Formats: sequence, C-alpha cells, structure tokens
Amino acid sequence: MITRLNVASIYVLDKEEALDFYVNKLGLEKGNDVRQGEYRWLTIRVPGQPGTEVSLEQPGSPLHDEATAAQLRELITKGALGGLVFITDDARGLYEELKERGVTDFTQEPTDHFYGTDMGVRDPFGNPIRILQQGKVAQKATA
Amino acid sequence: MSLEAEDLNRRLLRARDAMDRAYAEPLDVRAVAAVAYISPAHFSRSFRDVFGETPHRYLQRRRVERSMFLLRETDRSVTDVCFDVGFTSLGTFIRTFHRIVGETPSAYRLGNGPIVAPHCVQLAAMRPRLAADEIAESSQSSSFGEAAAATALYGD
Repeated sequence: MITRLNVASIYVLDKEEALDFYVNKLGLEKGNDVRQGEYRWLTIRVPGQPGTEVSLEQPGSPLHDEATAAQLRELITKGALGGLVFITDDARGLYEELKERGVTDFTQEPTDHFYGTDMGVRDPFGNPIRILQQGKVAQKATA
Repeated sequence: MSLEAEDLNRRLLRARDAMDRAYAEPLDVRAVAAVAYISPAHFSRSFRDVFGETPHRYLQRRRVERSMFLLRETDRSVTDVCFDVGFTSLGTFIRTFHRIVGETPSAYRLGNGPIVAPHCVQLAAMRPRLAADEIAESSQSSSFGEAAAATALYGD
C-alpha cells in the first residue's frame, strides 16, 4: 500500500530563479539542496510539511540531450506542462501578500466556487500554480 | 530553441493570460500586445505561431466556454450571459454559440446542469475545440453539419 506522495517534480528554466520565486515570493521553504558534480538536487516544500517535496528540475544535461531540453523549455514557456495545486487557509489574504511581494503573473484573482475560493498564478517560467482555500466560503465572501 | 524564442513564448503566454482574465471586456489588441511587448501589427501572427490559433479564436473559445458555464450554473438570462462574457451583440452570440455547440444557448441550458469539478478543470476541459468559422465550413460542405459539429466538440 502506498502511504504518501513523497516527491513530485516540475521543470524550470533556472533553479536559482525558481528557488527565489517559490521561497521568497510564494512563501515555501527550501527542502533538499544537494550538489553532486554539476547536478543539483533541489526541492521545495510547504513550511512545516517535510513529508512531500517538489523537485525543481532543469532540462538539459545529464538528464536530456540538447534537442530534448529545447523541446521541454519550449513547452514550459508556453505554459503547456503540468503545474502544482496548493492549499491555503486564506486565499484573499495570500493574494494581497503575493502582490506586495511583487508577484504579477496571476492567471486568476481569488474566485469563489462551491468547493471554496481559488486563484491562479504562474511561476516565472510559465508553470501554472493554483492555490485553493477549501470550504464553502463563497456565499458570504462576495455577492 | 533559443533563449529569445523562450522569452517570446513567455511574453505571449502572459498576454494570453491577460485575455483569459479580461475575456468579458472588448478585445483591445493594442493593450494585449503591449503585455507581450510586441507591436500590434505583429502580435496576431506571433501568437498564432506559438499557440496555433489567432488571439481572436482563442478569446472566442474562452467566451463560449464561460457562457456555457453561466448557462449551466446560474439563472441569468441568455441576454445577460451574452454581455457577461464579452459579446456585444445578442445575435452574434446566439449564432456563434449555435455553430460551436450545435444548439442554442437556451437548449443547452435545458440539457445541461452543473458540473461537479474544480474550476480550473472546467476551464480547460469544457473549452470548445473549434471556433465558429471552422464549424461553419464543415457545415457547408456536409449535410451532416450538426453531427460534424458534435464530433468536433467531443470527438478528441
């Protein structure tokens, strides 16, 4: 029986820039940061939740030949690859915080639904991120 | 793929996101092109090169998807829905909707209720595959226009 999601990975164009966005802008924390030769195993995670990490992978050597890496970079920047969904306890408060920290690439402002309030943002490279506040907060939040 | 091309992709994606956010407003090509730092004259071709369709076609599919959502999920009148999603003429809305979806907005509302799936899933999954002009062509070349439209919508 599988008991937990441990690591998922996303592709980024630059690991250092990704780390700055996910930690300093989005508010996550750095997990593993292990260098082995040219390779850097770098993960981020929700603060206080070490059980599940997101590995930040950069297309290219030694994982991919250059043609494959170029295809991946094209798909990343077109927003065509899969993204991440996070949970928050205050979607609107977080939205204001993210704007204060200089985040501009929102794909959707906080919006109420039957399952809660969610919003969308892209990382600097084009990966889609959704952030959800669960629960029926919709009716009382907006008309 | 060069760094320049990746940068262009990213800027065009930012412009596409801007259209997704402002689908209810008139398409201001100059403003959207400015988001991508591209001249209005080159924006449409650049967008098509990267995303495989014109900004107009992309926006039309977004608007029809949003109208389908409002028809399913709310009690707003067809006229209100038309203007809610950015169409400026009821006739154009009904004609475009009928061509793409294969039935009128009112008929669609009668046959479809709310979908229990997250918003982002609905946004992606319910967006029509084809735009109105493409379906119009298949309708003219075939006596099974309705069937062709239905296949185009759900066939892939």
